[in-house]
Amino acid sequence: MWVIFKKEIRSFLGSFIAYIVIGVFLLLTGLFLWMIKGNNIFDLGVASLQVMFEIAPFILIFLVSAITMRSISEEKRLGTLEILTTKPIHDVQIIVGKFLASVTLILIAIIPTLFYYYAIYHLASPVGNIDTGATMGSYIGLILLAACYASIGMFSSSLTDNQIVALITSMLLNFFFFGVLGMLGDISWLSNIGKSLEWFGLEFHYDSISRGVIDTRDVIYFFGFIFVFLGLTKIVFESRKW
Amino acid sequence: MSIIVNNLTKVYGKQFAVNHVSFEIGTGEIVGFLGPNGAGKSTTMKMITGYIPPTEGGGTVCGIDFVEESIEVRKIIGYLPEHNPLYLDMYVKEYLAFMAGLAGIKGSQISKSVDLALDLTNLHPEKQKKIGQLSKGYRQRVGLAQALIHNPKVLILDEPTSGLDPNQVIEMRNVITQLGKDKTVLLSTHIMQEVEAMCSKVMIINQGNIIANDTIEILQNSGNDTLTVIVEFGAPCSKSDLTKIEGVQSVENISGNRWRINGKSSHIRQHLSQFAMNKNIEILELTSDKNSLEDIFRNLTNHVGHI
Repeated sequence: MWVIFKKEIRSFLGSFIAYIVIGVFLLLTGLFLWMIKGNNIFDLGVASLQVMFEIAPFILIFLVSAITMRSISEEKRLGTLEILTTKPIHDVQIIVGKFLASVTLILIAIIPTLFYYYAIYHLASPVGNIDTGATMGSYIGLILLAACYASIGMFSSSLTDNQIVALITSMLLNFFFFGVLGMLGDISWLSNIGKSLEWFGLEFHYDSISRGVIDTRDVIYFFGFIFVFLGLTKIVFESRKW
Repeated sequence: MSIIVNNLTKVYGKQFAVNHVSFEIGTGEIVGFLGPNGAGKSTTMKMITGYIPPTEGGGTVCGIDFVEESIEVRKIIGYLPEHNPLYLDMYVKEYLAFMAGLAGIKGSQISKSVDLALDLTNLHPEKQKKIGQLSKGYRQRVGLAQALIHNPKVLILDEPTSGLDPNQVIEMRNVITQLGKDKTVLLSTHIMQEVEAMCSKVMIINQGNIIANDTIEILQNSGNDTLTVIVEFGAPCSKSDLTKIEGVQSVENISGNRWRINGKSSHIRQHLSQFAMNKNIEILELTSDKNSLEDIFRNLTNHVGHI
């Protein structure tokens, strides 16, 4: 598994995708947090990273999909999947190795934003007047959310041998599970049904963790979500055997 | 026995890609797997290497069941798939180190096995290049190096020489022959000369069935009790005279005084020299024209349709 993981990290760093993803993520979150009029931290006058955590899930829908789109589809296109799957490793090791590599790359993109936290911590009046608990909760939520996106991305990538198809499928699915299901709770005529459906969406649990309370139910939900989509990936992966 | 296959079957829909195939390959043999495209060569190989499971049947590699204990079998098999898939953006050395890691080789042993594989395939001058920059011949060697990175006991090579130029083909054959000295090799091809040049045994498969499995000599001498000889006389003689010789069935002029004569295998050569003595002409050359594998292949694969 670590052999696959290392190879994936290497190939990320050898391709432009990694740098583009990290760069775009930092640029956009930075812009929204500090620069864009009306919403930026100075206009709001509140020492919090709230703006970033509201916009990041949508940026990540695109970026995580871009990271994972190649993972399996490219192996299928090149035919190297046949090499990997005839080596003495299990299919699960291939999938988990690739998944962890994608999550690691996302972590590398997210970690530098801790600098924003540091800056706001010192800009706050008085210094340190920032809800550290909520911020850390939001970070954990964001990482778990990105991991869920990555599991959807892996699944989408396993469906096709075309990267672009994988990218679009992944973005649509991610948007559905985060955005669409998240909105259902706000639609009044759906009332309780909407609320129940909302529970299945990623946004509900992301918001819940972002408040700074790490509820085990949310954590279980996220891990369950990842497990389900990696499981589906494995099923598609093994469809060659049918 | 190195590879034993029993009743191996793969069904796609209603079509038998491989139909109850059984064979055995002894340790240290180089076996050529011949057959027209779509005959089931690749499918058989994919089942042995664990890429796809058989619908029915199974077998062992070095005593290990390749269906039940696929992972264990993969440790002792080196496999070069058809079309030789490669990561074009990786460096040769990097790729081989990755493959060594996948094969379960650890730490300092990795660079040793990479060096050994580079040695065996004469790839040292190219090791710092990206695979995408290499010519087809070198890429094929990288594919082969990948297959032998973990020093497997058994090599399964699916069309190792397809798409190479004649020089590269010869180099590839040399490498495989060299490897065959201490490994069991099963290679597929549809080029007959290749089998004649490298293999000790040949298996012919058609429409999912094995229709011949023998040494090349036996196959070449089998089939019929006729013999074709090529004879060159020191002086001209007429076709009608030759046809009258006892046992002769057909006569064909090749050029000048050279003739290809086909007849009953038992006596044709004696009758020919008798004829020459009687006519008082010298025989400059008398050689038997063995059934070429190509003929055997064509005969066998065409006949199946009529059975």
